[in-house]
Amino acid sequence: MLRYILRRLLQAIPVFFGTTFLLYFMVFSMPGDPILALFGDRTPNEAVYNSLVEQYNLDEPFIVQYLLYMRDLFTGNLGVTFSGRSVNEVFADAFPVTLMLVTMAVIFEFVLAAVLGLISGLRAGKLSDQFNLVVALVLNSIPAFVAMFFAQYFIALGLGWAPVTVGANATWSTMWLPALTIALTLYVVGMRLMRGSVIESRGADYVRTAYAKGLTSRRVTPVHVARNSLIPVITNTAASFGALIAGTTVTEGIFNIPGIGKVLYDAIIGGQGPTIVSFVTILTVMYIIVNILVDLLYAVLDPRIRYV
Amino acid sequence: MKINKKILGGVAALSAASLVLVGCSSDDGGADPEASGTDTPAESNADAIIRTNGSEPQNPLIPGNTNETGGGKIIDAIFAGLVSYDAEGAASNEVAADIVVEDPQNLTVTLQDGWTFTDGTPVTANSFVDAWNYTANLDNAYYNSYFFEDIEGFSWDEPVEAMSGLEVVDDLTFTIALNKPAADFAQRLGYSAFYPLPEAFFEDPETFGQNPIGNGQYMLAGEDAWQNDVQIELVTNPDYAGTRTPQNGGLTITFYATQDAAYADLLGGNVDVIDGIPDSALAVYEEELGDRAVNQPAAIFQSFTIPERLEHFGMDEEGQLRRQAMSLAINREEITDVIFQGTRTPASDFTSPVVDGWTDSLEGADVLSYDAELAADLWAQADEINPWTGTFQLAYNADGGHQAWVDATVNSIRSTLGIEAEGYPYATFAELREDVTTDVIESAFRTGWQADYPGLYNFLGPLYATNAGSNDGDYSNPEFDALLEEGISTEDGPTRNDLLQQAQEILLQDLPAIPLWYSNVNGGYSEAVSNVVFGWNSVPIYYEITKN
Repeated sequence: MLRYILRRLLQAIPVFFGTTFLLYFMVFSMPGDPILALFGDRTPNEAVYNSLVEQYNLDEPFIVQYLLYMRDLFTGNLGVTFSGRSVNEVFADAFPVTLMLVTMAVIFEFVLAAVLGLISGLRAGKLSDQFNLVVALVLNSIPAFVAMFFAQYFIALGLGWAPVTVGANATWSTMWLPALTIALTLYVVGMRLMRGSVIESRGADYVRTAYAKGLTSRRVTPVHVARNSLIPVITNTAASFGALIAGTTVTEGIFNIPGIGKVLYDAIIGGQGPTIVSFVTILTVMYIIVNILVDLLYAVLDPRIRYV
Repeated sequence: MKINKKILGGVAALSAASLVLVGCSSDDGGADPEASGTDTPAESNADAIIRTNGSEPQNPLIPGNTNETGGGKIIDAIFAGLVSYDAEGAASNEVAADIVVEDPQNLTVTLQDGWTFTDGTPVTANSFVDAWNYTANLDNAYYNSYFFEDIEGFSWDEPVEAMSGLEVVDDLTFTIALNKPAADFAQRLGYSAFYPLPEAFFEDPETFGQNPIGNGQYMLAGEDAWQNDVQIELVTNPDYAGTRTPQNGGLTITFYATQDAAYADLLGGNVDVIDGIPDSALAVYEEELGDRAVNQPAAIFQSFTIPERLEHFGMDEEGQLRRQAMSLAINREEITDVIFQGTRTPASDFTSPVVDGWTDSLEGADVLSYDAELAADLWAQADEINPWTGTFQLAYNADGGHQAWVDATVNSIRSTLGIEAEGYPYATFAELREDVTTDVIESAFRTGWQADYPGLYNFLGPLYATNAGSNDGDYSNPEFDALLEEGISTEDGPTRNDLLQQAQEILLQDLPAIPLWYSNVNGGYSEAVSNVVFGWNSVPIYYEITKN
């Protein structure tokens, strides 16, 4: 086990350097001059222009800029934004908000997938199964931003059940609507996994044995069927956690949630290269870690899997 | 990139604009606290906080280094300059007791006694002079340094600690000497670049930028008033010594990532005033808000520029005929109606209806109205001189929501003139500006201008004077330069405007840029507030707003 973890961590090192290099390269090769864009339609004077170029190291060759950046990164300095704030600080402000949103969304997703998947699996082919399938397909085929607008307009504005936007009050109770909306557009995969493995395990020998021992389905369903069927759902949900951390830009924009997505978006609009790279670097690291954890989760949940 | 209205809104704001200006003064009733006090239904509401929209400042909150709307809105609320502008753009003294224009190159400024910054230090002549010198100093590379290039001693070549043109006479008096005549200089002094700074700034500009100390109507509500990326809370400044006394208790500016979110909040009653409407709601917002919808011209001029160096478009007879034909071939009325849902106003000159001296009846302005027959006729005349070859291209930045109108415009040109015409998208605004500034671009390109201060000259001098900083088309006409020069040296306002209008009439013949339309400001407010008026700079006049 320990060796496996070590190996995975070692593998993460080239992934880390590869992604940061690619990222930096892509941001660097974005067409257009970010300094000129800072001035809108007005052409800056050459002296001011040159001094800004120097200030942001834009006059150095690409590889030098990259190395300068990596040096700062390893000393824990993620650079400063154009407004003079340290990127560390910006991240520390935004991250808890996104983490809260994503945690809530993932919990909703898991509950929806597990409960509806179990119902579908137990009643495979029956009306409730078909109904579940249709609803899930419809929800899954709606683009996330449409679902967000829809939820905001009808549930928050129309019915007044939730705040229209989140803004400064980013708490569990103000963010349930965007979290639930994310979950609704995501749960279908987990639900189908659950359904499939419920059907599979109901036909499995150990379930037959359990019934043969005289256990009621009240005991068999949760303990023998559901528990074993949850393994793929858990890992699927956990994997979507990593993807969501970096994938809430649209949601955060629509509900005005001051998290990672909104900050990253503002940075892209403002052409703030260092901020973009730093944020995405942290997200990459987190994604790698979440993925390692997910793989380890398999071993914890499924005794048949052993890592060596 | 995800589909997101912010892309359109955000970049459009950045591209149309670089600058947003000061808050506005008013002499008409609202400024008198006692008179307005009786208008307010409930006394307790004088302390009510007005909630409005904004965006995270992209730079530290320092007047000399803020050139975008997000920070500009805050800076204008917490600082007061020598003069302020009212809703129509007319300037009146604020911190200044008197600004004497000795001649077009020399001014003497006297300050009112009794103004203080919120840290208790007095506002003196040095507060202005030191701030201006700091902003103008090349070493500091501040965005707004160009505002000082007309002052004697300013240099683009070497850092200057103190410009020789600024001289402190005593605590409340200083003189300004300019290196060239600029009779509208006093009119410019309300722009944020000219705001005073307290001594605390010079001790530690970085700390100041996060916790600015001003002398304006509002001040930061405390150490943590600016929650980055979330909101900023301002409260009224009890020591504010001007006449634009707030009729409310403060301002909370929420930073929205998208205009959609701000609009939804307005409908939900979570924000009181917004100064932008998302594209998705443009068709319905006037219906949804009724008389609480705002749609009025802004100090933003949109055009496209045809560089002189392009074949067929030189400043000769052929080029002039072709430029005029182009202009006549564009159906501005229809495009502003259909594409922009009436949120643009067809242009009738090179400035904006919100500035002093604007008129829609300049000689030659009919070249800006649609006349297919005349257009085709002029184009044919040009063809006789030198037959047309190639395709007319109009470059634009695809990240700014410009595609629809560019397509409509080139279609209008194509069908009227019978030539090949197409839009030429650049992926980003930065990319377009790079090609424009380096003269690499080989096509016409979209241009826009937002005024820094409400004067005609600001729309003309920086854009069309020979070798001017933002003269993207490299236009040069000695006759125009001479009229501009004469205008800006004239102290008398109406005469000055008259000369500048004559200069504009030359532009209407030469058409270095083809005027298209003026952008409107679109906004709205909730039922919870009244007395909402938008200023000449498209920002609501916050201090007059009262909560019901």
